Amino acid sequence: MSNWIEVGKIEDIPPLGARVVKNGNVDIAVFRNNKNEVFAVNDECPHRKGQLSQGIVHDKSVTCPLHNWKIDLTTGEAMGPDEGCTGHYQVKVEQGVIFLEL
Amino acid sequence: MKEKLVVIGNGMAGMRTVEELLEIAPEKYDITVFGAEPYGNYNRILLSPVLAGEKTIDEIMLNDLQWYEDNKITLYKGVTVTGIDRSACKVIADDGTEVKYDRLLMATGSEPFIIPVPGSDLPGVISFRDIHDVDLMIDAAKTKQHAVVIGGGLLGLEAANGLMKQGMSVTVVHLMDWLMERQMDRVSGDMLRKSLEAKGMNFMLKASTKEIVGKGKVQGVRFEDGSELAADIVVMAVGIRPNIKLAKQVGLHCERGIVVNDTLQTFDPKIYSVGECVQHRGLTYGLVAPLFEMAKVCANHLAGYGIGIYKGSVTSTKLKVTGIDLFSAGDFTGDTTTEDIVVHDSHQGIYKKIVIKDNKILGAVLYGDTIDGAWYFQLMREQTNISDIRSHLMFGKAHLGDSGHGGNVVADMSDDTEICGCNGVCKGDIVKAITSKGLFTLEEVRAHTKASSSCGSCTGLVEQIMESTLGGDYATPESKPMCGCTDHTHDYVRQAIRDQKLVKISDVFTALKWKTDDGCAACRTSLNYYLISTWPKEARDDSQSRFINERAHANIQKDGTYSVIPRMWGGMTTPVELRAIADVAEKFNLDTVHVTGGQRIGLYGVKKEELPLVWKDLNEKGLVSGHAYGKALRTVKTCVGREWCRFGTQDSTAIGIKLEKLTWGSWMPHKFKMAASGCPRNCAEATIKDFGVVCVDSGYELHIGGNGGVKVRATDLLTRVDTEEEVLEYAAAFVQLYREEARYLERTAPWIERVGFSYVKESLVDDAEKRKSLAERFKYSQEVTRSQDDPWEQRATGGVDAHEFVPLKVIG
Ligand SMILES: Cc1cc2nc3c(=O)[nH]c(=O)nc-3n(C[C@H](O)[C@H](O)[C@H](O)COP(=O)(O)OP(=O)(O)OC[C@H]3O[C@@H](n4cnc5c(N)ncnc54)[C@H](O)[C@@H]3O)c2cc1C
Ligand code: SF4
Ligand code: SF4
Ligand code: FES
Repeated sequence: MSNWIEVGKIEDIPPLGARVVKNGNVDIAVFRNNKNEVFAVNDECPHRKGQLSQGIVHDKSVTCPLHNWKIDLTTGEAMGPDEGCTGHYQVKVEQGVIFLEL
Repeated sequence: MKEKLVVIGNGMAGMRTVEELLEIAPEKYDITVFGAEPYGNYNRILLSPVLAGEKTIDEIMLNDLQWYEDNKITLYKGVTVTGIDRSACKVIADDGTEVKYDRLLMATGSEPFIIPVPGSDLPGVISFRDIHDVDLMIDAAKTKQHAVVIGGGLLGLEAANGLMKQGMSVTVVHLMDWLMERQMDRVSGDMLRKSLEAKGMNFMLKASTKEIVGKGKVQGVRFEDGSELAADIVVMAVGIRPNIKLAKQVGLHCERGIVVNDTLQTFDPKIYSVGECVQHRGLTYGLVAPLFEMAKVCANHLAGYGIGIYKGSVTSTKLKVTGIDLFSAGDFTGDTTTEDIVVHDSHQGIYKKIVIKDNKILGAVLYGDTIDGAWYFQLMREQTNISDIRSHLMFGKAHLGDSGHGGNVVADMSDDTEICGCNGVCKGDIVKAITSKGLFTLEEVRAHTKASSSCGSCTGLVEQIMESTLGGDYATPESKPMCGCTDHTHDYVRQAIRDQKLVKISDVFTALKWKTDDGCAACRTSLNYYLISTWPKEARDDSQSRFINERAHANIQKDGTYSVIPRMWGGMTTPVELRAIADVAEKFNLDTVHVTGGQRIGLYGVKKEELPLVWKDLNEKGLVSGHAYGKALRTVKTCVGREWCRFGTQDSTAIGIKLEKLTWGSWMPHKFKMAASGCPRNCAEATIKDFGVVCVDSGYELHIGGNGGVKVRATDLLTRVDTEEEVLEYAAAFVQLYREEARYLERTAPWIERVGFSYVKESLVDDAEKRKSLAERFKYSQEVTRSQDDPWEQRATGGVDAHEFVPLKVIG
């Protein structure tokens, strides 16, 4: 059963930036890239739990601030030689408002 | 249908084989693992550091339960296999489970040997093999005082060291004349004993245990000569025996171990075996390196590729007792047909012995200085003719050739020198992983190569390789493209920014035909710096192209909290500031308050949301950002100088404060540190700073390009000046030259080595005009970028980047 929750407006997130949505105990990192696409993954790097929301965003990926793993924002999976995955969420943007499926 | 593989023994050899197998044939088998121990797979080697309290059980897990699940492996933990029906191809376990197999892998390891003297079954007699044993010892140490360790070999000494660290008084009882007689000769064995005695360990050598005495529990040990030693626990570490009970019981051919051929197959072609339980070409092994080699070959055959044979291993030994360096390999005793080369410096506690036959190394023992162990081991395994290098051999690899610098040993190692003996990783593998995968941290190198991930003895070497591969402070090597997003070098890009007056990152992307739309973490951060340093007025700082520390103006710590370090001008502070810091620490429950190496106070554990509140409180008492998080001026360390010190020649504190007020807030290629000492006694350590001032009677000596850290570099003396004004002008000019010409992430030390000290000196000392214009440009940049508007204040009360510190939304 899908449950779409409104979390904010797209301009609340700087382009190539991220913000955190606190969902109970879970932090969700919500990213906006240069093409105004929005992605959401758990704010926890599969490597050593670095906060991905604090990383540098490029294209559809983010570089973790702790040890530079690159995470694919569409799947939450580590890219390149690294392996691991953090959960990701469905996102939709309607008239500038961001919804996450939780 | 997948074939079925059953593994008996959830230990290091068995699981390494499974890992290797999953790598090359992930889909071939349904895998079931039986392990008598109730855990996932852990690194048995590191039980010693666990016992010594240097590591936790969590840290030594190799594969946790999740790993088995992720790889769809059925794990029966805490379940012992008690029978194998070889005709029906199934194993039977003590809980009644029966599982059929197409291939069976026996990796049952070995069992500690317990000398069968009376009393050896008393409670309190412990072996040293698994987590359970370590738990028993740690528990015993909490209430009991005296431990006796029987066996002065590797295992016994590591046990004794651990128990001592746990607070027990420990006596090691050893049958032979000296310790570790299978790895050490008498001289080195005695040196080892003395070092351990100095740490507080006691020894009884040439002592043969007759009986363990006690009523219902251990109370002491009695020896053949009738003497007795009181003991609350006795640790038996006299050796191991391959665990072949099950194999024998089901009729597999065994001698001392389960006999296998060069493909690790037993006499039953469906059954393979790896690890300490096997006997291969007449030998059994008790170290992980050979087991891992077996695992690789065995996995290959299980995968059905049928290539690779195991030819046996040559092993070397190191002792994992912190503070003791020992290396041993091959035949270190020799006989009448061999020659020895020996160096013995008893004062420094160094002993090296190499045994040579027909110009080839047969074996070596090193004590105290083991840095060349890897090299000797390689010469030995490859049977290299050493006649040409014989006279240098003892001085180590660094002394070969014309290097003259000594210095970094690993730089001289060939690519096929083995660095990590446990996992068989060579220097070349590590260098390749670092360069091709862009690795920067030890963790990453461990993850990619497995080097230094087992016993950890090679960590120092791995770090040296990283250093020599990545350069001092990880400067970008010359003529390499900036990153994968472009083929241009740092220098080229920077020149283009200057010549074509590019002021935005997107302009650079277009003008230089970047290959990616948004760049990456490496190039965006560099470009942002190049733009704002080249065009301070025109370019705008792009906070999304800064690492988090500079974006949030605080240092992210490994747990996701931040540190806050306010500036203390020239290391001076006031009661008001100290009170403000104390108040903040209490108000926000920051229990780590640390006096940093740069003469200021750091507060740790601040939550991101609270940063602006912390800053606001600090701002109110006049404290501003110390930029401890930035590629910028960090600190100016001073001594109290002429004001207080009887040796002081000038007011070093005042000059320090002026330097700090001049330069703080400016972004630089990398962090930048200064110091000012009041006389050549140099209490402020000015000669390992990026810019150092040493006051002398006649004025000020200016030093540049020093560096503490991983690779220490002392400064070069730039010049001597008479007045404070000159000191400040030189400082500004030097900083500006560095800002304009060093590559991003290049510290001053490697930068000066790259461009040459004489170039810097010419630019600053000989060319007064250039110096003045550099200093002018620095001041201009400081002014137009308003870099001395406190970034904390802007965020605490000025509303800058408010989104950075609050969640987008809080649900539930
Ligand atoms: C304290 C200590 C320090 C060491 N230090 C070093 C070092 O510095 N360097 C080095 O190279 N080596 C070192 N070693 C040796 C190294 O740990 C071993 O060589 C290695 O762990 C052996 O691996 P293995 O898989 O053959 O056996 P193990 O790791 O012992 O695995 C065998 C497993 O099989 C299980 N098992 C046995 N029979 C059955 C059955 N019938 N059913 C189910 N499960 C069964 C056992 O419970 C055990 O868990 C050290 C060992 C110890 C104990
Ligand atoms: S550097 Fe000289 S002046 Fe400064 S504290 Fe040391 S001895 Fe005194
Ligand atoms: S020396 Fe520096 S990098 Fe190393 S642990 Fe200490 S603070 Fe961290
Ligand atoms: S925690 Fe993300 S890369 Fe290490």
